[in-house]
Amino acid sequence: MSRLAQGSLVVSSSPHVHSEATTQKIMLDVIIAMIPAIIMSAVVFGERAVLMTCVCAGASAAFEALYRKLMKKEQTVQDLSAIVTGILIALNVPVTLPFWQAVLGCGFAIIIVKQLFGGIGQNFVNPAIAARVFLLVSFATPMTTWSVTRQMVAAGVDATTMATPLGLLAEGAVDQLPSNLDLFLGFCGGSLGETSALALLIGGIYLVVRKVISPVIPVSYMATVALFALLMGQDPIFHLCAGGVMLGAIFMATDYTTAPLTTTGRIIFGVGCGFITMVIRLFGSYPEGVSFAIMLMNIITPHIDNLSRRKLYGGVKA
Amino acid sequence: MIRKHLPAIHVAHHKNTMNLPVEAMPIPAKVCIAMVQHIGAPCKPVVKVGDSVKVGQVIGDSEAFVSAPIHASVSGKVAKIERKMTLQGQHDETITIIPDKLQEVYEGVQPPVIESRADFLKAVRASGLVGLGGAAFPTHVKFNPKNIDEVDTLIVNGAECEPYITVDYRRMLDEPQKVINGCLAVMKWMDLKKCFIGVESNKPKAIKALEEAAKDYPEIEVITLQAKYPQGAERVLIYETTGKVMGPGKLPADVGVVVSNVTSIATLQEYLETGMPLVAKNLTVDGNAVRTPKNLRVPIGTVISDVVDYCGGYRRIPKKLIMGGPMMGRAIYDDGHSILKNNNAILVFDEKASEQPKATDCIRCGRCVEACPMNLMPTELARAVDAKNVDALVKRRVGLCMECGSCSYVCPAKRQLSLINRLGKAIVAEGGKKA
Repeated sequence: MSRLAQGSLVVSSSPHVHSEATTQKIMLDVIIAMIPAIIMSAVVFGERAVLMTCVCAGASAAFEALYRKLMKKEQTVQDLSAIVTGILIALNVPVTLPFWQAVLGCGFAIIIVKQLFGGIGQNFVNPAIAARVFLLVSFATPMTTWSVTRQMVAAGVDATTMATPLGLLAEGAVDQLPSNLDLFLGFCGGSLGETSALALLIGGIYLVVRKVISPVIPVSYMATVALFALLMGQDPIFHLCAGGVMLGAIFMATDYTTAPLTTTGRIIFGVGCGFITMVIRLFGSYPEGVSFAIMLMNIITPHIDNLSRRKLYGGVKA
Repeated sequence: MIRKHLPAIHVAHHKNTMNLPVEAMPIPAKVCIAMVQHIGAPCKPVVKVGDSVKVGQVIGDSEAFVSAPIHASVSGKVAKIERKMTLQGQHDETITIIPDKLQEVYEGVQPPVIESRADFLKAVRASGLVGLGGAAFPTHVKFNPKNIDEVDTLIVNGAECEPYITVDYRRMLDEPQKVINGCLAVMKWMDLKKCFIGVESNKPKAIKALEEAAKDYPEIEVITLQAKYPQGAERVLIYETTGKVMGPGKLPADVGVVVSNVTSIATLQEYLETGMPLVAKNLTVDGNAVRTPKNLRVPIGTVISDVVDYCGGYRRIPKKLIMGGPMMGRAIYDDGHSILKNNNAILVFDEKASEQPKATDCIRCGRCVEACPMNLMPTELARAVDAKNVDALVKRRVGLCMECGSCSYVCPAKRQLSLINRLGKAIVAEGGKKA
């Protein structure tokens, strides 16, 4: 008889099987989804773009690892979320930003915004967005100095800096705006990751197919931007492809921690982001409003969650 | 009619034993029959040490309404009656019988004569039947709701949504007529107009067999359910077959239905035909630590280690032994326990497959929220449990949680959300409130 020795079996609560999904795999998917944008940034701005991405990713991971170690908390750097934040920060800054400033931004994101609030899942605003805003107000000039693209250099353009499409729009220099095709492909001024709508869309589709994100927030965000532009008599394609709407809508507004959980909540969130973005773009003193829009919506996410509670089975309200 | 489905998840099916017909296991050297085999009052032994018993003879019974008699599964001698710890952690009596291997049938085993609903309910009780899908609720109580006149529909659960288990499938495939006849009997005596048999779409052969067997009975309809977990959960099944919503605190009878598992129905039919009560149980033996996975018919009370021995013993060092399926089954600590009426599987896994992955921080991805068939928000309930906030747990309806395990299953941070909900219910009960 094969009676087992007492104590040789483990007991645990059901379920006894688990899905393959892990936090690390999800974060890895997000990193994979950002690769097209990183490649495009190298094509448009040269190798310093790749270097910037590596510096920010490395710095963020280092800050996370160091903080967890110094605070004697369980190590979490292996979940890759810090790397995601680092890459996002890189995608949000101009290629010419001094590295030390970028590293400072990473430190702000990881330590102040993420870890001091309890680490992954606890921050109330997206760390990368907060870092961008922090850098923008701290280093206004380097954060708004946009280098010319490699394609322009090759074409013999005699300049080192240029304005972003939204900058041109704010100045009223409508005749200098790049074509919509160039905007879509990414051959224009801007931060590392925001120029190529195409690369960002490829990443977004990958994330939706892999079920890492639901398309609700990006779609409602972009639809609101397009509709707002139409109502104001502006070109919706321009507003979708110029500036950070794609980057923000696909990669930052969909951050799990700081976005609502239910579909209704996500629609409210996406529409709110789109609305605030356009209000800032068209009526504010800043040419771009994506960061502020997402940050503001991040802050009210708990309230949106509360308002958009699903009806429980049986129709009871929770 | 097109209806929105309730949320459900994809769980790997692992129906490895699907093509194995049920094989009768030889009578073991001893059987240990527990007196608690159902929800409700435990039975008291009605035999003494030294008594000779025959197959189908009552050996335990109770005066209580919510209870079901227990029968000898073998013929032989009562060797021991002792108090033993049950899997629920209580101490209760267990009768050990040493079989004489003759399997002599008890004289009282006669097909029941039924002329009225009262006779029928009496027969159901006498059959010893309890919910064989896993809940083990005495069937005669379930078939006797207070508002029986308002009940018009029988829903038969053939979903078998738990991974690995295939005995319900085999039952539908091998004995479809028995299932259909059982349905007809229940409908006749409970005066029901309609019967839905819900089967998941991953069992096309069973669906075909049942439809064939039911072709002369338009009142019986086989419903193809989506092959997603947990289609077999009572509330989910009622909704997916009839569209009826059984709100919190409600019973199936409140929405005019009575729900029973296919194996329960077939077992009842066997009793009505032969008078042989529930003395043997079909079960799937599987898992990566079992040498030869099988579908077996074993006498109730067979010791688990004997069952595993019959399947070639352990192939790897076993680390987790599960009674039931991997989603809702119970991990047990000792293979010296014996098979109960409501057992439908014994699964054994090696160390690697038994690992409970380490839980990390919630990343608020919302997968649990999307998975919950009841639309609960497990993240929120977990916070309330952390804070021991009874009011929030009541308000957020932790009581609606049926512990199907979907939230734990999908969680990328590997948090045991289902267990946390269970704790939540306990906290509410401690706080003196109703979840």
